[in-house]
Amino acid sequence: MAEPMRIRATMQGDVADIKVLMNHPMETGQRKDAKTGQLVPAHYITTVTATLNGAPVLEAGMGGGVSRNPYLGFKVKGAKAGDKVAVNWVDNTGDKNAAEATVG
Amino acid sequence: MNSLRRNVLKGAAGAGTVAVAVAAGLLKPGQAFAAYPRSAYEARSLADAMKNMGVASPVDSKDIVIKAPDIAENGAVVPVEVTSGIAGTTAIAILAEKNNTPLVCDFSFKGGAQGFVSTRIKMGATSLVRALVTAGDKTYVAAKEVKVTIGGCGG
Repeated sequence: MAEPMRIRATMQGDVADIKVLMNHPMETGQRKDAKTGQLVPAHYITTVTATLNGAPVLEAGMGGGVSRNPYLGFKVKGAKAGDKVAVNWVDNTGDKNAAEATVG
Repeated sequence: MNSLRRNVLKGAAGAGTVAVAVAAGLLKPGQAFAAYPRSAYEARSLADAMKNMGVASPVDSKDIVIKAPDIAENGAVVPVEVTSGIAGTTAIAILAEKNNTPLVCDFSFKGGAQGFVSTRIKMGATSLVRALVTAGDKTYVAAKEVKVTIGGCGG
């Protein structure tokens, strides 16, 4: 099972500043294992979706080029304190994870 | 609530179905919200990646600001921040020109989301980091060179 992810959402004026830290190895499938010399199989997040109070605000696609434990920051105008931010991701193996936070 | 949006989002959960639709040519990658542009992510050159994203000839724009280090000591973690000052920005894609697969990530904005994104990418070698911004039916581009001391893609 995937590790939990962390979301921090803070208001800056009328814009919510949302920061998400996901736990994922983000293997490109091009790296070789130093001991065995075998390629490490690709394992990376492909899609991330974020919603604010249930309405989609961000859809992200990722490849193996995103760093391990991906960080994602974005801004949503018109949000207010108390709004619910939910983030979901799916990886290339079909594994998925979801987390929710409240704008503060 | 806009019911179409909800359906599109449900479609994202059934990513397998979307992949089949893309493979069958029913959906052109990059056109439909929630369709993961797999062929663009697997493209080995900048030109192919852009072609598979459906981007023809992006226009250079000074309204796109890429914030990234001039010199990245560790290519495995390069912080990149893209701010688009172009009105009506709906999507931002980040490409690292010399990576094995240049397309790193793409973002589409809905609702009140601003044309801003911040993330961390891997870079195999010193190269240009390009940001493609879609606003309306036009695509704009900006680039910034990042020097990489130790590449972060091999091993």
